[in-house]
Amino acid sequence: MDVWFAVFLTIVTAATPLLLAATGELVVERSGVLNLGVEGMMVMGAVAGFGAAFLSGNPYLGVIAAIFAGMAMALLFGFLTLSLVTNQVATGLSLTLLGLGLSGLLGESFVGEPGVRLPKWLGIDMLIPLSFILTAVVAFVLFRTKAGLIIRAVGDSHSSAHALGYRVIWVRYGCVLFGGACAGLAGGYLSLVYTPQWVENMTAGRGWIALALVVFASWLPWRVAIGAYLFGAISILSFVVQTRGWSIPPQFLNSLPYLGTILALVVISASRRLTRGNAPASLGQPFVPDR
Amino acid sequence: MKKLLLNAAALALAVGISAGSASAADKVKACWIYVGAIGDFGWTYQHDQGRLAVEKELGDKVQTVFVENVAEADSERAIERLAREGCAIIFTTSFGFMEPTLKVAKKFPDVKFEHATGFKTAPNVTTYNAKFHEGRYVIGQIAAKMSKTGTAGYIVSFPIPEVVAGINAFMLGAQSVNPDFKVKIVWANTWYDPGKEADAAKVLFSQGADIIVQHTDSTAALQVAEEQGKHGFGQASDMIKFAPKAQYTAIVDNWTPYYIRRINDVLNGTWKSESSWDGMAEGTVNIAPYTNLPDDVVKMATETAEAIKTGKLHPFTGPITKQDGTVVGEAGKGLPDGDILGMNWYVKGIDDQLPK
Repeated sequence: MDVWFAVFLTIVTAATPLLLAATGELVVERSGVLNLGVEGMMVMGAVAGFGAAFLSGNPYLGVIAAIFAGMAMALLFGFLTLSLVTNQVATGLSLTLLGLGLSGLLGESFVGEPGVRLPKWLGIDMLIPLSFILTAVVAFVLFRTKAGLIIRAVGDSHSSAHALGYRVIWVRYGCVLFGGACAGLAGGYLSLVYTPQWVENMTAGRGWIALALVVFASWLPWRVAIGAYLFGAISILSFVVQTRGWSIPPQFLNSLPYLGTILALVVISASRRLTRGNAPASLGQPFVPDR
Repeated sequence: MKKLLLNAAALALAVGISAGSASAADKVKACWIYVGAIGDFGWTYQHDQGRLAVEKELGDKVQTVFVENVAEADSERAIERLAREGCAIIFTTSFGFMEPTLKVAKKFPDVKFEHATGFKTAPNVTTYNAKFHEGRYVIGQIAAKMSKTGTAGYIVSFPIPEVVAGINAFMLGAQSVNPDFKVKIVWANTWYDPGKEADAAKVLFSQGADIIVQHTDSTAALQVAEEQGKHGFGQASDMIKFAPKAQYTAIVDNWTPYYIRRINDVLNGTWKSESSWDGMAEGTVNIAPYTNLPDDVVKMATETAEAIKTGKLHPFTGPITKQDGTVVGEAGKGLPDGDILGMNWYVKGIDDQLPK
């Protein structure tokens, strides 16, 4: 295999879970809900995906289980924040803690078991093209269909959407569940493709990076894709630079993905043209119809 | 914020477990602070195996508590909390816990503290470490014998003496077989991130290495080796299950004898501050069974390991040429322990700049 093709594949594998989770969160935030529990949903997806694939021997069942695990967590989040109107930030953080703890408990018997791999063709697994299809579909639905218009309306001004007769809570439930499915799938990607094993806390903060990417991309699907690949590329290339023996301090190289992301964030938020109208105006605000 | 909350949750859990403990004189509460998850199947896993063995061995005489996933930068609170909760002896099992441990130890002179892999002690703080570099010398020889490209990839966490000594010992072992052996080093700046460790392994393989060595804690890198038909060595635990075709052997840590001895010391009132540094001879550093290796290489590795165990061979036998060309060590004699514990230079032949 060509040297740079191998590097390219590594970048793609590093970027895909970020892209999947961030695309889901983008839809959630577009509907006006801030779910900080991406990490928790992701890690639950990872343990469920591993578990289902390990017990059945079928990696595709693992993928499906990962999606459902993410959705189950999202449903819990939705019930708390949408039906019981709890604080979204606090609930999202608790969701992460719950996910990390619960996945450790559920996965206890899986530790030390070799995993089942999702098949690859020429180094490409099926979730890589799927992540691009997902991005395209999300971009299309959000900006070219009525459903997308409704989602954005709910996210920008839930009272107006409500006054127009849209079921704000149900739209948000749908988006939150979609976000959970994507995060769960991203987690499954980790335990079925990236590193086919289960170890506690294996998401190692990727859910938080996905969250940051959504902001970095100013809530636009294709920018999320660029951001995920930028982050993946900088992380991997910093390793390549190290193996070449150039005298750049590795601490600096390892902070580059974060620095790069922050820099991009600053540049984007400094430009009115790039941010105008993108941030959902009702983001993080609870909606109670009779208030 | 995430780490902070995680710790808070972990602490809440730990406190929950420890509530209602009796502080009888004939019973000791022993506590552990882990940098990773007990399910990492590497570094932290081995420490926790030690804790479980203590429970088994000492039974009613000991109560154990652990807090996992404690960030090094944020460990002081966790350690102090355990000290307040009545722990008689606290093991802090990562290099980065050193300063926080000393700080807390000052506030709690009656609590015994044991810090792993550091170099600072106090009247109530012991350091304990293992001579991992002894095992790394052995795997260096194996790598040099088995590599077709003459290049190993080495994934490392942080530029601390223990890690640097490991790289040097590996290289000296390799050079004893093949003087032109090369090693490519990648600093991952983390002890535990399976994804990142896998990425580093993939990059190293793509850049010409065909054997992977790691000083990080997860099994991910070895799994990449397995997938790509390359080879490597397990770290801290025997990782053969994850890489049945790829693992040559593993350096296995066994903390059990040490933990039992130290907790018994507390029970008997004979605990003293010391600097413990056991190696292959004491059984703290072990070599897992050799796999996927031809007989002559196994024979060589077994003999080397035996020689180190019996003290005939010191991995750092002088004279050793440093990267900058200066020479250290007396001919035919091993470097003094202090030089190894504070090692901050590369041996000649390593094509990398040591991060400061």
